[in-house]
Amino acid sequence: MRRERSGLAAIVPLLWLAIFFAFPFLLVAKLSLSDTALAMPPYAPRIDWSQGLAGVRAFLAALDGETYARLTQDRLYLDAYLSSLRLAAIGTALLLLIGYPIAYGISRCPDGVRRALVMAVVLPFWTSFLIRIYAWIAILKPAGLLNTVLGAVGLPAINILNTEAAVILGLVYAYLPFMVLPLYAVLDRQDESLIEAAQDLGCTPVSAFWRVTFPLSLRGAAAGALLCFIPMAGEFVIPDLLGGSETLMLGKVIWTEFFANRDWPAASAVAIVLLATLTVPIVLFEREQRKVVG
Amino acid sequence: MRKGPSAFNIASIALGLAFLYAPILVLALYSFNASRLVTVWGGFSTRWYAALFRDAQLLDAIWVTLRVGALSATMATLVALPAAIALTRGRRARTALAGGVYATLVMPEVILGLSLLLLFVSLGLPRGFWTVTLSHATLTLAYATVIIQARLATFDRSLEEAAQDLGCPPWKAFVLVTLPGIAPAVAAAWMLAFTLSLDDLVIASFTSGPGSTTLPMRLYSQVRLGVDPKINAVSTLLIGFVATGVIAAYLFQQRRRRSA
Repeated sequence: MRRERSGLAAIVPLLWLAIFFAFPFLLVAKLSLSDTALAMPPYAPRIDWSQGLAGVRAFLAALDGETYARLTQDRLYLDAYLSSLRLAAIGTALLLLIGYPIAYGISRCPDGVRRALVMAVVLPFWTSFLIRIYAWIAILKPAGLLNTVLGAVGLPAINILNTEAAVILGLVYAYLPFMVLPLYAVLDRQDESLIEAAQDLGCTPVSAFWRVTFPLSLRGAAAGALLCFIPMAGEFVIPDLLGGSETLMLGKVIWTEFFANRDWPAASAVAIVLLATLTVPIVLFEREQRKVVG
Repeated sequence: MRKGPSAFNIASIALGLAFLYAPILVLALYSFNASRLVTVWGGFSTRWYAALFRDAQLLDAIWVTLRVGALSATMATLVALPAAIALTRGRRARTALAGGVYATLVMPEVILGLSLLLLFVSLGLPRGFWTVTLSHATLTLAYATVIIQARLATFDRSLEEAAQDLGCPPWKAFVLVTLPGIAPAVAAAWMLAFTLSLDDLVIASFTSGPGSTTLPMRLYSQVRLGVDPKINAVSTLLIGFVATGVIAAYLFQQRRRRSA
């Protein structure tokens, strides 16, 4: 009874998402199948509504996969595709390795401290992403802060700015809060008596961790991994500022096709390829989230 | 009972926080550097702050960004509130709504930016202030929904039901009873939407037009030219401003928790 009425509340948000989120994807798909007209939209073909159904049919007939064929001919796109997935995968693995001990450590702290620590982890996320990545340039550049410090203590200089290593560092840095939070959420909810039971049955604290705590936290790890992997695969700012011209990632390719080459169909086709690749992780992420929300 | 943290736990937390905060501290420190070079400390100075306030283009971009942020955050919160209600209480359309919200949350910004741009082009809307605002509202809607929904899910409905049993119409019971209870979450949702909008480079670049250059766009074009202490100064102000807000909200909440 009371529940039914609340469904009405969905109308406005659903309409909003349909207009500004779902429908635009159709436009991207359409454009990816269109031909490049010189520099200016609209692109051929267009639907001629005055001719009714015949107009729609003529429009559909004129669509072709030419842009996609172009993508397969140039090695650059394949390289960018593979390195996007590779860098996002490496970043996710490192985030799990770094994020897990942090989340676990926080979950073992006393009450008040725990809340303050969670806040401290989240706070950087509220501050500008662009600025935090920019800060790394000053640290990593050849005559930057890192090398000044290394030189002062007599260590050899490290030059990783404009390499993949810098991109991975940037990814890990920017997405760390997104990994720690879901991990912390599952670790914090864990029933402490399970550990005690395992120890009463003869487990050492270390083996109790691996046999009880760790398996029970895998759901949080999965959520964190998906939450980081999906946007990282399409990341633009980090490879652009820290990766230099050598690092190729799809987000950067879309940006360059659009802003530098003014090739809107190519940008759209790359976006569709990226979206298609990310569909499976996105669906997995939604299923996980819905289970959590109940 | 929780066992206290071990030395290993404390070390991982400390290293993690150092990693998160060191670059920000370096950035802030060098905004007070008299020298233009990052590696040379030329003494304490506020000259970059003074230079900042003479840069008309930058001030203009800040003004645009604040207006876009406030307006888009308000739109996002107004749409997120019914979305959160439908997600926690409704049955119909829940799957579609949750699907849309979570997909927006993880969608790479380049894809969102490109698709929104194509929407505005096909609608014939000139790109500018309003297109950026609508796009940011779409981006931040998902985050705002998740925050409000998390609060609503744990909110005790019996008071609202009691009001309804006493003859209050459902919408009025919601506004009078539940809304004041979830107000902190609604405020947090607005704040997050606002800061995400202040922060966004990618979507703004796709959807803005002449005269609506935002601060991140201006910063980005300067960052590409190299490190500039003036950027450190703006960044420090921005970070200080946001951090103060977030910490104040946190302390306020802690006080309420203790008095409750």
